Amino acid sequence: MERENLNEELNKWRSEVEGLKDRKKNFDTISGEPIDALYTPLDTDELDYGKDLGFPGRYPYTRGVQPNMYRGRLWTMRQFSGFGDASDSNNRYRYLLGQGQTGLSVAFDMPTIMGYDSDHERSLGEVGRCGVAIDSLEDMEVLFDGIPLDRVTTSMTINGPAAVLWAMYLANAEKQGISLNNVGGTIQNDILKEYIAQKSWIFPPEPSMRLITDIFAFAADHVPKWNTISISGYHIREAGSTAVQELAFTLADGFAYVEAGIKAGLNVDRFAPRLSFFFNAHMDFFEEICKYRAARRIWARRMKEKYGAKDPRSLKLRFHTQTAGCSLTAQEPENNIVRTAMEALSAILGGTQSLHTNSMDEVMALPTEKAVKIALRTQQVIAHESGVANTIDPLAGSYFVESLTDKMEAEAEVYFERIDQLGGVLAAIDSGFFQQEIADAAYIYQKAVDSCERVVVGVNRYNCEEPMQIDLLKIDPDVEEKQVGRLKLLRERRDNQALTRSLDDLKSGAAGSDNLIPKILAAVKLYATEGEIVTALKEVFGEYKEKPLF
Amino acid sequence: MDVKAKKIRVLVAKPGLDGHDRGARVVARALRDAGMEVIYTGLHQTPEQVAETALQEDVDVVGLSILSGAHMTLAPKIRHLLNEKDMKDVLFLVGGIIPEEDAEKLIAAGTADQIFTPGDPLDKIIDYINAKFASAE
Amino acid sequence: MLIRGVLMHHLVKDLLAGNRRAAARLITLIENDDEEKRSLLKEIYPHTGKAFIIGITGAPGAGKSSLVDRLLQQIRAEGLTAGIIAVDPTSPFSGGAILGDRIRMQDHALDAGVFIRSMGTRGSLGGLSRSTREAIQVLDAFGKDIVIVETVGVGQSEVDIVKTADSTVVILTPAGGDSVQTIKAGIMEIADVFVINKADLPGAERTATEINMMLDMNGEKPWRPPVLPTVSIKGDGVDKLWEALQEHRTFLEDSGKLLDVRRQRVRRELTEQVEYLVKTRIWDEVRDTIELDSLVEKISKRQQDPYSAAGELLAKINFYKGDHGEGG
Repeated sequence: MERENLNEELNKWRSEVEGLKDRKKNFDTISGEPIDALYTPLDTDELDYGKDLGFPGRYPYTRGVQPNMYRGRLWTMRQFSGFGDASDSNNRYRYLLGQGQTGLSVAFDMPTIMGYDSDHERSLGEVGRCGVAIDSLEDMEVLFDGIPLDRVTTSMTINGPAAVLWAMYLANAEKQGISLNNVGGTIQNDILKEYIAQKSWIFPPEPSMRLITDIFAFAADHVPKWNTISISGYHIREAGSTAVQELAFTLADGFAYVEAGIKAGLNVDRFAPRLSFFFNAHMDFFEEICKYRAARRIWARRMKEKYGAKDPRSLKLRFHTQTAGCSLTAQEPENNIVRTAMEALSAILGGTQSLHTNSMDEVMALPTEKAVKIALRTQQVIAHESGVANTIDPLAGSYFVESLTDKMEAEAEVYFERIDQLGGVLAAIDSGFFQQEIADAAYIYQKAVDSCERVVVGVNRYNCEEPMQIDLLKIDPDVEEKQVGRLKLLRERRDNQALTRSLDDLKSGAAGSDNLIPKILAAVKLYATEGEIVTALKEVFGEYKEKPLF
Repeated sequence: MDVKAKKIRVLVAKPGLDGHDRGARVVARALRDAGMEVIYTGLHQTPEQVAETALQEDVDVVGLSILSGAHMTLAPKIRHLLNEKDMKDVLFLVGGIIPEEDAEKLIAAGTADQIFTPGDPLDKIIDYINAKFASAE
Repeated sequence: MLIRGVLMHHLVKDLLAGNRRAAARLITLIENDDEEKRSLLKEIYPHTGKAFIIGITGAPGAGKSSLVDRLLQQIRAEGLTAGIIAVDPTSPFSGGAILGDRIRMQDHALDAGVFIRSMGTRGSLGGLSRSTREAIQVLDAFGKDIVIVETVGVGQSEVDIVKTADSTVVILTPAGGDSVQTIKAGIMEIADVFVINKADLPGAERTATEINMMLDMNGEKPWRPPVLPTVSIKGDGVDKLWEALQEHRTFLEDSGKLLDVRRQRVRRELTEQVEYLVKTRIWDEVRDTIELDSLVEKISKRQQDPYSAAGELLAKINFYKGDHGEGG
């Protein structure tokens, strides 16, 4: 149909439809993005296939980062887990690997995440609660007992003290007799989103960024298969952002790391290939798919045009996805299986490299073995039964999908400009820009749910009074005591004199400009605890304090 | 403008180590918009800090937000410290990921006056507080 | 006296004995306009006048709270005690407020030598709350050596704070490309100390120079406000700020200005109290005896003018009935 004809026909259709009554006033995404009743070729007029989409594995990677995508290899099914002490979690990992999971993902408890040992007063009641308690190399040895670290890749969700836990993992691999050249995995190591959203920070931004660039440099020389950072939108979204905010803030963080690496004297192609991303998969199916596609295109374009990256690997945005924890409901928890399946499908249609599917009970406690198994089976059903993995980027060319992808890219660009005007990501954090934007979005969303403008099934519509009961995982209440006891023995057993010297060396290194990773590795091998290393660094670096913004 | 001199003062506190403050912040805003004075402690507070802040700010309500699973340790400890400080009358609310079984225990033990979990509408919290103070006056 | 009254007046004894709960309760009663408020203040008043009062003002985001946090470290290291009153705006729509200043100061929450109280402006248009001055009196009588008042940092706060504090610190941040000419009129006159916070940002030196030039243009004054760079999140320059505040205090004491300043403050307080009593008396009387609505109705219909109506209204009031405001 000719363009003019099409326009005419569209107008005719519009006037016809105007007379019909819609079932509600606003049709918009979960992020509040207005959605039209119909998309036509007019909406994708500007689209240039070669320039905007291209082929899978080729610039600008809109259709995917690998040439054959899931026809070559399915995404990595990587369930995030960890609880209790190292041996409890080791059992869970072996179970998951036995069920066909293909990678590990470690959840640490809050004291570990915040850099406190299990026997610190602030750890009281938190040891092993929402992840596994790791205090020293000794715990790391138990955590991966019987799991060969050259055969699985491990993702570790750790940020403020990422360098310390990574050093423990590497030291453990060496003890297993594995060369660091063959060790693969990911550390989250994304401190910017901690200041923005997740708020598990330790040090102020400047020294934190230095630790991160130290990791970039060390990995480039010694651990080439390691993903040194997982730049995360997940937590930004969980904190209540919109999809566009997640997209824009995450990529802005990514560019900030690239700039930090370049500023630290590293060639962009030396570290950029090891940068990876981590996105949320929320309930709005098409918005999520478009988010992933837009992310790939924005990253590739900027890396090439702005930062002059030449290595194609620097241009490829590889990402892990987790389904949205904040979309789960405590009411009728079994419905969460359905939600998670939809979200997982969007991540796969969006071309994710690895995926965690939430368990139905995670809104109430850590998941039981049964709930985790259903979550994993959800991925397996999509992979092997649904047929969606047969062809690459099957939604490309949809008038709606392409136009929403473009729109999200354009809206992200507006945010990039705002952030530049504010003086960059760190300055924008300091002024509370991100925090305020997210808090506003979270509040608007909650109000919409409360007023039933947004329907959440089983919560504000079709809700029934009788609660649906499911079994919950119980953490052994003695975990904390046992862990504290083991820690006490360790402190007595090790060579404390050598350890003190090593920590002093770390402190003087921190005051200077040497790469700190070798010094942290040395301390870890002497069985320094995480808390001891973090405390030494705090003495030099200081601690971060939050902004009082609402 | 509301010129009534007396206001309900609420301490929204984040004890423990988890940094998930989305809920605490959304609730703080909602309580403000319902005309209350909300004092926010910020993250990563010890039980002692929470109790002492409640005392200095002389609040009518203490609301804890805990998502790390440490509620069975932290909530009773803070309640105990408040009682020691002669603040037995303070309305004590706990919000977060609290399994039903734990919620029942916290209420039965007299630790918490009420528990709120994800999915509870903001108005439920506001109405609960307002009702408590309407009947007290 | 009612039992409630007796209990309340125990609070003053407890306050003087150093009981923190009593200090907190008293501030609440005063802030809530409790019927015992004036008689409680009467009891507290003789025990005030010892604390040195520092006002901290500056635009939102200038770093007031973190500077107060650092100043507290300095004050405590000297062995002095401190009370903090942190004021945040009350929403004009809901009457509610989020008071978040103390987030920055929570490291001091467990220090027995520090007492922090957050207050909403509750309808006051200035940068202080309606009851800031009374709360200062409570903390003064409580025995705090220093009382720091952190203002909202918008509106007329600059003028309000200078009426309340012995020393006023104005916090600015590097103006970036802008000239400090854009600084709000009136701010040059009220500062006893200028702080350029976030002095590690570009433009800090230029901002300082421009302020110094403006101060020079103001000509010779007995006290020349120093302009001090700080980085409050790192604590840089806070020792110099504390020194400057002590110098200013010495200057006030040696020159006799402190007495002067405080006398002026007492005069204002007295005037305000008289005005308050008169106003309260009039409106109590009006509420009890005079049909205000019918007057309003008449004036609206242009059957009468507001000027003669006001005169008539006042003429009906008996100013000598009872002993208002004496409480207790």
